[in-house]
Amino acid sequence: MTLTQAQSPPRPGASGRLVGKPIDRVDGGAKTSGAARYAAEYPYPGLAYAALVHSTVARGRITGIETAGAAAVPGVLAVITHENAPAMKPAPPMSVLNLSSLATGTRVNYLNTDEVHWNGQPVAVVVAETQDAALHAATLVRVTYEEFAATVGFTAEEPNAKPQKSDMLQSGSASKGDAEAALAAAPVSVDLRFTTPQHNHNAIEPHATTAVWDGDRLTVHEGTQNVAWVRDHLAARFGIPAGSIRVISPYVGGAFGGKTMVWAGTILTVLAARVTGRPVRMMLTREGVYRTVGGRTPSAQRVALGAGADGRLTSLIHTSVTQVGRVGGGPEQVTSQSRHLYDAGAILVRQSLVELDTLSNTIMRAPGESIGTFALEAAVDELAYKLDLDPIEFRMRNEPERNPIDGKRFAHRMLREAYALGAERFGWSARTPEPGSMRDGRWLVGMGVASAYHPSWQLPANVTVRLSADGTVLVRCGFHEMGMGGATAQAQIAADALGVPFEAVRVEYGDSVLPTGPGAGGSGQTASVAASLLTACEKLKRSMLALARRSSGSPLRGRRLNGLRARDGGLWTEPGPGETYAAILARAGRPHLEVAVGSDTRVGAMVGQARFMAKFLRDRRRWMKAACGAQFCEVRVDPDTGEVRVSRWVGAFDVGTVINAKTAAAQLRGGIVMGIGMALSEETLVDPRNGRIMNPGLGEYHVPVHADIPPIDVCYLGDPDPTMPLGLIGVGEVGITGVAAAIANAVHHATGRRVRDLPITLDKLL
Amino acid sequence: MVDVQLRVNGTIETLDLRPRVSLLDALREHLGLTGTKKGCDQGACGACTVLVDGERINSCLTLAVQYTGRSITTIEGVAGGGEPHPLQTAFIRNDGFQCGYCTSGQICSAIGMLAEHAAGAPSAVTEHLASRAELTDVEIRERMSGNLCRCGAYNGIADAIGEVAAAAAVQEVTETGAVRRGSAAGAARQATTAEAAR
Amino acid sequence: MKDFAYVRAGDVTTALRAIAAEPGAAFIGGGTNLVDLMRQDIERPGTVIDITTLPLDEIEETADGGVRVGALVRNSHLAAHPLIRTRYPVLSQAILTGASAQLRNMATVGGNLLQRTRCLYFYDGAAACNKRRPGSGCDALEGFNRNHAILGASDACVATHPSDMCVALAALDATVEVESVRGTRRIPLVDFHRLPGDTPDVETAIAADELVTAVELPASPIAVNSRYRKVRDRASYAFALVSVAAALEVRDGTVAGVRLALGGVAAKPWRAREAERILLDAPATEESFRRAAAAELASATGLSQNAFKIELARRAIVATLSRLLTDGSAA
Ligand SMILES: Cc1cc2nc3c(=O)[nH]c(=O)nc-3n(C[C@H](O)[C@H](O)[C@H](O)COP(=O)(O)OP(=O)(O)OC[C@H]3O[C@@H](n4cnc5c(N)ncnc54)[C@H](O)[C@@H]3O)c2cc1C
Ligand code: FES
Ligand code: FES
Repeated sequence: MTLTQAQSPPRPGASGRLVGKPIDRVDGGAKTSGAARYAAEYPYPGLAYAALVHSTVARGRITGIETAGAAAVPGVLAVITHENAPAMKPAPPMSVLNLSSLATGTRVNYLNTDEVHWNGQPVAVVVAETQDAALHAATLVRVTYEEFAATVGFTAEEPNAKPQKSDMLQSGSASKGDAEAALAAAPVSVDLRFTTPQHNHNAIEPHATTAVWDGDRLTVHEGTQNVAWVRDHLAARFGIPAGSIRVISPYVGGAFGGKTMVWAGTILTVLAARVTGRPVRMMLTREGVYRTVGGRTPSAQRVALGAGADGRLTSLIHTSVTQVGRVGGGPEQVTSQSRHLYDAGAILVRQSLVELDTLSNTIMRAPGESIGTFALEAAVDELAYKLDLDPIEFRMRNEPERNPIDGKRFAHRMLREAYALGAERFGWSARTPEPGSMRDGRWLVGMGVASAYHPSWQLPANVTVRLSADGTVLVRCGFHEMGMGGATAQAQIAADALGVPFEAVRVEYGDSVLPTGPGAGGSGQTASVAASLLTACEKLKRSMLALARRSSGSPLRGRRLNGLRARDGGLWTEPGPGETYAAILARAGRPHLEVAVGSDTRVGAMVGQARFMAKFLRDRRRWMKAACGAQFCEVRVDPDTGEVRVSRWVGAFDVGTVINAKTAAAQLRGGIVMGIGMALSEETLVDPRNGRIMNPGLGEYHVPVHADIPPIDVCYLGDPDPTMPLGLIGVGEVGITGVAAAIANAVHHATGRRVRDLPITLDKLL
Repeated sequence: MVDVQLRVNGTIETLDLRPRVSLLDALREHLGLTGTKKGCDQGACGACTVLVDGERINSCLTLAVQYTGRSITTIEGVAGGGEPHPLQTAFIRNDGFQCGYCTSGQICSAIGMLAEHAAGAPSAVTEHLASRAELTDVEIRERMSGNLCRCGAYNGIADAIGEVAAAAAVQEVTETGAVRRGSAAGAARQATTAEAAR
Repeated sequence: MKDFAYVRAGDVTTALRAIAAEPGAAFIGGGTNLVDLMRQDIERPGTVIDITTLPLDEIEETADGGVRVGALVRNSHLAAHPLIRTRYPVLSQAILTGASAQLRNMATVGGNLLQRTRCLYFYDGAAACNKRRPGSGCDALEGFNRNHAILGASDACVATHPSDMCVALAALDATVEVESVRGTRRIPLVDFHRLPGDTPDVETAIAADELVTAVELPASPIAVNSRYRKVRDRASYAFALVSVAAALEVRDGTVAGVRLALGGVAAKPWRAREAERILLDAPATEESFRRAAAAELASATGLSQNAFKIELARRAIVATLSRLLTDGSAA
């Protein structure tokens, strides 16, 4: 097999003293000792507990709600229903000019209406002295409904899908040339249908809220991916100024998109605390998470590809149907990667939507690309087989120089190099292409590849950095930590930028009183914070130098910053004299020096938002920015039973500069693990008769367990993206993309069978 | 209400509970030991794993009252004499966690698992039930399968456990002056792919 | 979970008297099924009788060379016991493939026998289920029934019994010893669980006031050469789609003895008598295995989503017997 030579050898990464090093996480001690406190773990005197009652019909009106039984349970403080709940304001209208308006989980004004919009909607909240009393009493609330006809079956509704409208953030369709005509004319083609089921995040920490009112001030402990959105949303719903609300979220027990929006549990805990005048905690039951927090939409996709005998794509068509809830949710960018991965002569992508009487769908790790790459990359493999070409070689022949759909430049694109690196590490050359040709004992062995692709994002981030006379540095930014190792990475960046020891830097995050940070989403958090942090560090050094230059005794007098190096806790001429920050501050009689980037004043926030939008749109006109990679896997299929086991994995990624080799690898591996689940076992079972999720638990929704996951080799090219801060591209989501396709392709290689409907359970291989 | 007396991390705790209170809720809500996590309350995730007289169990499906008089060890009690447990440091070194929510359960489970293995217990992937199983990577993964990690830190967790098991094996060798059995985790790294697939 | 009275029984007589005096009381062993179902509001005992300290936790060899297992022996201890590992490896394997190590450390033999189905509609109080609420109907018939029964089901119920351990016990001709204030009786394991018929709510042959005290395994030379094969949706910590417990004795290329039972296919562990009949004295070949498997499953019927299990069960039987032939025992 020939692998097209990498065009340029990878450049060395922008590694500093600490950036790039596999440093242990700063929160390791807390997390391995049980000391880390999550949202449901803050003790308050007088704490009460809440539990939800869920509707059992998909659509209708509550005709009766009987609460006496629940109220009679010893310890019950309140049973709140639409009959007695205080009024809340409706969800704010969505607007791209106010990003926090995107936080609305569903538009339902819980307990302020007798209408039921999905099977599982909360219809009552019970508050009690203890958790067990609340949960028991919740089972005693009796509700009767007048049922309305409901549309809940995705598959049945699929033919009625409507085209997705494009807006400032998302585009529903795009084309180049006449792809249908090119497909019809293509000598070799495939035209395939793929389906993926609903998925749920299943963070091991169920959604939990502890809410405490003090007069009109509110404190909320919440596991969230966006403290500012929770604050702003609650302010809008409860009619109080955002400044009166503090949302605290230093540890989040996994999220994967599921803790981005504000869902019923959060709002109703705050409501329960208001009604009872007590601090209230609610940890959703696992079932409660399924019933009130949206999942990833199911999808039906068409991928049609046409190529010439030379293996060059002449046509690429990718269309999708996904669902939204009538009460909320948004389009899934299923065709995103298909606009960028292949240099096809003609391209058509189009996304359509059905609207159902179900809970809103929501974002889940790589929304769009995770399932979109499944269809595209499986179809590409099928066409490569038809062309009798190695699937990598086929991809290399169609690797574009510029963004295929519009000719924009790639900010960074090293997919060729990723394939070369991955193929080498994986031992791709040992593969014999014939399906069923490789065996190990009784096992059928299959090897598959697929491309990974995820656009990179950068969001506004306000930060402050304070350098104290004792030489310590405090970075403050309201970003989020759900396991990405953000505090560790930012401490590395600040320590390098300021030339101080890693241990001298402390990072505060996960609290709405901090300067507003980015939400944890779009794999953009590290880059977004890094950009502001680097600016702040620059500013800080400048201010330090200015301070030093004011004093006649300073060796830095008359120096300019670009002639100096930040190292050893200060600024130094090379190789000559210099001064520590501590010395500068001491001489100036200052306890510390602090700088800020961005502002949280009203005006400051508006300016920040406008600046972000302007940069976002400008960037989007200029570049195509994305992370990409090559996923290689080996599977074993039991020829008797069709059981598939993943036995080997290599992921080679182009993610720019890697800040921390340990935590970045963890993110990429985590994505691959979730992708393995998506490929082989994960499926939310929504009963098409009544829209009810029938497997709302970890016993019946099968996420991968230890035994499912082989050692995963993750490697990077390490080449910085010149358009991104420090050259880093996000790593949070690209890992899951391409995974399901690589597995489906490997299963085909092992068995000769193409499974185009996820998950690839054994019954599909019998 | 019933009187429940538990020895938790060496301290005797007396609680007055309704019988329906699970051991997990007793620890978290009544004793303030929130290191033990609730992930499902259905026995399906392992986040609530604690050790009872050295054996790992899921505290969510356990009535606290059933464990009166028993000795419970939670994550808060695994460190000894101010020193972290070797698994705690190994988890940090090998990055055996991300969000940290499954971590207490993983560590307690691993402690129980290593003891089970040391006592000769087989697992579902043990090739020959009649003989003692080497603690390969595949064995570790099967034995730890009752602890889900949605962040997908499985590799790091298995590495951390393998490292601690190997260190224990080495210590055993040096203590007895003779090789009683092969290095568990050394073999673990060598596990064949065929085995890995099984 | 509703409130209940808690009683700890220190001896068997106390336990039996307590349950006889309290209709609606339940014994609790490991609690891994009972507590889950109580939390789901599916089981609502007024009194819970804790039997975990009863002196029924011994594994002893019997005079006739069999093994007697106390009802409160933990699943993990049973699986790890040298007598079981060497003489009844199929039983060790079956237990070890079930649940997780933590759950096996909690679960008791008695509780495992009496665990209830994992049918999704049984677990959801909002759904129709004749087992949970007789006469309410069965939502699984036209719903998610991928994990459901292909043998012995009825129009009233298509649920399966989820135990792995019981499948091995069925193959091993185990008997269950039960005791009540009325006395002691022995029930063959294969008669312990019932097919649904019109009364899927009646799941076992045991009366509400009876206590399982032990399970007895007869001496069984053939059991030494035995294996358990569980097929499921992930590599571990999942219930069986189909499982096979098999023991095989081959003399001069001919099947001299065979024990075969299936799991995940019916409301009870399914002893495959028809397959055994065909195999006995037949040549020990894959061809015979295939014939036997086909015969056993001749009466199997599929629902909308589980028809694949018929083929899967056939293949799993053949694969397990073939493995016993080529690789020998799991011991
Ligand atoms: C997530 C999960 C996964 C699982 N996976 C599997 C699996 O893959 N395979 C498998 O086989 N099992 C599996 N199980 C089920 C597990 O094996 C059973 O829950 C367990 O065996 C029950 O034993 P126990 O002692 O905990 O029973 P308990 O919950 O204490 O009792 C169960 C029932 O038996 C009754 N009972 C208990 N002991 C006696 C007695 N001596 N006499 C009379 N009645 C008695 C109780 O009243 C109750 O009705 C799983 C369970 C969970 C939660
Ligand atoms: S909380 Fe106990 S197993 Fe999930
Ligand atoms: S570290 Fe997040 S679930 Fe394991």
